[in-house]
Amino acid sequence: MQLLYFAWVRQKVGLAEEQVSPPENVRDVAGLIEWLIARSPGHAAAFANPKQIRAAVNQDFCLFDHPVAAGDEVAFFPPVTGG
Amino acid sequence: MTPTIRVQATAFDLAAESALLTAGRVDIGGLASFIGLCRADDGLEALVLEHYPGMTERALLKIAAEACARWPLTGCTLLHRVGRIIPGEPIVLVLTASAHRLAALESCAFLIDWLKTEAPFWKREEFATGEARWVDAKDSDDAAAARWARGG
Repeated sequence: MQLLYFAWVRQKVGLAEEQVSPPENVRDVAGLIEWLIARSPGHAAAFANPKQIRAAVNQDFCLFDHPVAAGDEVAFFPPVTGG
Repeated sequence: MTPTIRVQATAFDLAAESALLTAGRVDIGGLASFIGLCRADDGLEALVLEHYPGMTERALLKIAAEACARWPLTGCTLLHRVGRIIPGEPIVLVLTASAHRLAALESCAFLIDWLKTEAPFWKREEFATGEARWVDAKDSDDAAAARWARGG
């Protein structure tokens, strides 16, 4: 599973992207966040307030109950501020 | 009609983009455009725009397709800059062409409202003091996008 981080989420995690293989009990975005929080203090800081985080699976915005699986591209970022 | 979608570091030229939509055509009654500019609020020195390559283009195409489904457009251009932008410079261009003005004007307003909430761009503000901060999303932008909800 390919993870991408943008804006302050990237800065807090300390990585723009990483390849991960979460355990089988990680089935959705919420579960993935829970698993990532334990990965490093940077991840924990980035996901400390999940209400400030938005996600996309395979380049489509999604809610935290969206399923995730091996081979997916999952991105985490703050609410968008373009335009 | 295929929308024109571009994400680029360089500035853009409204006249040149308009000419691309109108060249050789006599069925267009109106062009509407919106250009978003970088303001120098609170001593801002530059905006640094980050995006999600791949998803950005996909999201912009979806937004353009939605506009084409709602209004009879003959042309639609969405250009968004990334990288470092200084006050006074353009950030985003929305350009729509249609046989009639209402379709061009309404779709242009729709496109910029949706782009602000549905396309993966993020702005960081850099100040003369050396301080930098990420721009927070605004509730007013969500409200502006929500007014285009179907059946609303």
